[in-house]
Amino acid sequence: MDTLLSQLFAGLSLGSVLLLAALGLALTFGQMGVINMAHGEFMMAGAYTAFVIQGLLGDPGASLLVSLPLGFLVGGALGLLLEATLIHRMYRRPLDTLLVTWGVALLLQQVARDVFGAPNVDVAAPGWLSGAVTVGGLALPRTRLFILALAVVCLVALAVVMKATPLGRRIRAVVQHRDLAEASGISSRATDRLTFFVGSGLAGIAGVALTLLGSVGPTLGTGYIVDAFLVVVAGGIGQIKGTVIAATALGLLQAFFEYSTTASVAKVLVFVVIVAFLQVRPQGLVSVRTRSLA
Amino acid sequence: MRPRSSTGTTRTGTTRPVVASLAVLAVAALSACGARVDAASGDASASAAEGCVDTSGDTVKVGFLNSLSGTMAISEQTVHDSLQLAAGEINADGGVLGKQLEIVSEDGQSEPTVFAEKATKLITSDCVAAVFGGWTSASRKAMLPVFEANDSLLFYPVQYEGLEASENIFYTGATTNQQIVPALDYLAEQGTTSLFLVGSDYVFPRTANKIINAYAEAHGIEIVGEEYAPLGHTDFSTIVNKVKAAGADAVFNTLNGDSNVAFFKEYNNAGLSADDMPVVSVSIAEEEVGGIGVDNIEGQLTAWNYYQTVDSPENDAFVKAFQAEYGDDRVTSDPMEAAYTSLYLWKAMVEKADSFDVADVQAAADGVTFDAPEGTVVVDGENHHVAKTALVGRIGEDGLIHTEWSSEEPIEPDPFLEGYDWADGLS
Repeated sequence: MDTLLSQLFAGLSLGSVLLLAALGLALTFGQMGVINMAHGEFMMAGAYTAFVIQGLLGDPGASLLVSLPLGFLVGGALGLLLEATLIHRMYRRPLDTLLVTWGVALLLQQVARDVFGAPNVDVAAPGWLSGAVTVGGLALPRTRLFILALAVVCLVALAVVMKATPLGRRIRAVVQHRDLAEASGISSRATDRLTFFVGSGLAGIAGVALTLLGSVGPTLGTGYIVDAFLVVVAGGIGQIKGTVIAATALGLLQAFFEYSTTASVAKVLVFVVIVAFLQVRPQGLVSVRTRSLA
Repeated sequence: MRPRSSTGTTRTGTTRPVVASLAVLAVAALSACGARVDAASGDASASAAEGCVDTSGDTVKVGFLNSLSGTMAISEQTVHDSLQLAAGEINADGGVLGKQLEIVSEDGQSEPTVFAEKATKLITSDCVAAVFGGWTSASRKAMLPVFEANDSLLFYPVQYEGLEASENIFYTGATTNQQIVPALDYLAEQGTTSLFLVGSDYVFPRTANKIINAYAEAHGIEIVGEEYAPLGHTDFSTIVNKVKAAGADAVFNTLNGDSNVAFFKEYNNAGLSADDMPVVSVSIAEEEVGGIGVDNIEGQLTAWNYYQTVDSPENDAFVKAFQAEYGDDRVTSDPMEAAYTSLYLWKAMVEKADSFDVADVQAAADGVTFDAPEGTVVVDGENHHVAKTALVGRIGEDGLIHTEWSSEEPIEPDPFLEGYDWADGLS
């Protein structure tokens, strides 16, 4: 029973990590249709932000709290730069975008390697996040609880922005029908830029969170980019709700497959499940209904 | 289209014997004319397999082949640095047979196929006398046919899973009976009766764990679990849950690279520690401790043949020279030391043979010694490995590893574990 519960927690925790990685992608890929292979590198930039801030401030607790908003800004700024220089030129050429952003990803990795060196660096977790909370004989690592909470906070914030702010309304309008939105006086350029800023910023936050689990290296993001795309695709493009369900489901699946088999086999099984699922429901879990013909 | 390509590219199955026999012919031809390699250099049409090493000038070329990009760059860059240090020292000291070393560096890019490609380039177009490098077993396995077909030399500086001995490779890191077996001896001495095996999912951990299983069966140690994670795996909550539930006396860790960080962070968070369930690692050296974070790994055990803290005049000089070159914050580790040693061993072999020719160097290799930072090492001419002292160390709060136990004397290399009854049937 104990192992079942601790695996349940492991699955939820993995799901929350996947959700953090995929949330930004749900905006840039899901809403805007941009295949941004450099999304993982924005996470890496967020993680290095945490490293730099810790070097400046020293105190792990304070630097973590400073790093979270700053990681958002760094990731967002990089996204904005990428959007303004490259991506906006190829909104109607998704395959070119894939190649160009893949190139940018490699470029950013090499920049990180040149600036911070090839060896991975470690970001110390604050004292109040070390160890575990014991609930009924179950040890729940504090870092994982923190990430779980962070994912929920980001999710709620994003939901509020999308549902209740003018920005969210504009984003949804542009997604549903770009031409009609423009005809109604919405600047789709400005909306694209903002959406990309927020999506990339969320990647930065995810990067900061990942420093609590592992070390920080130039290829930190590459380990998550495929999983993040899987979550968005399986969840249904264009719907945050689908992303949340898919992230949780994939986390739980991975954890339970891994417990009954091995980590490698579990990865394969998860892929098989997703492929099979997409055969039945190519549009993903939740799909957005629009009147556009495309 | 079709007929042309089928005649143009012979299948590899037939290419290799052809190249190999060319190589044999070439060696025969070379030794016939007194192994004067430079005599052949005038022949522009000489095939690659004949060896094109030019030793007529004041310099001789050697190749360094390490991953300077990709996931292995973290580790291999350090090996590259210490090879450069050794080359600089040798050149300042008058070179090899009076010739200055001219370094040709290539980037293996953490891809075995690139290693094979770049090795071919170094041998056939740069015409280097020997190549130093490689880290993962996959990269070594990819380069092995290249060195055998071209009859050239590779010096491989990393501990590995054994069960290999090529005429064209010198293995200056430990084989299993110099690292894993002594570590198991140590654990058995400490009264360990059950072990949990955690490793990355590729050739080294899988082979190592096969050996550990055989050892355990013969020595009454119970293996209570065996788990593999894909390379680069960073979510260890499930594996740590399994370790915790199994409750072994100790964990034997053959994880490689970044996975170690995530594993140890998770291990600590789950409330496990070196006191109640020590982890013995064979891929964590001084360089990796910083990346994992000393807090996460303090008190855990490692098995190697060299630590920065080894107390000897040779090691003092090595560490001082390395830090003077690359900065006081840099550490030295076993693979770096083995790489540094490999260049000096090649120098000693060449000087003993009084020739840069591969066949002469191979013939001279047996018994060549070097007073390395880890202690005196001796080359075994039979299997091309070196005798080494095994050290079990404990990671201290200073981030360095301190020797906890050592084998009484250097252990003769036995890559196929022929001297161990329990290892029957492994190779």
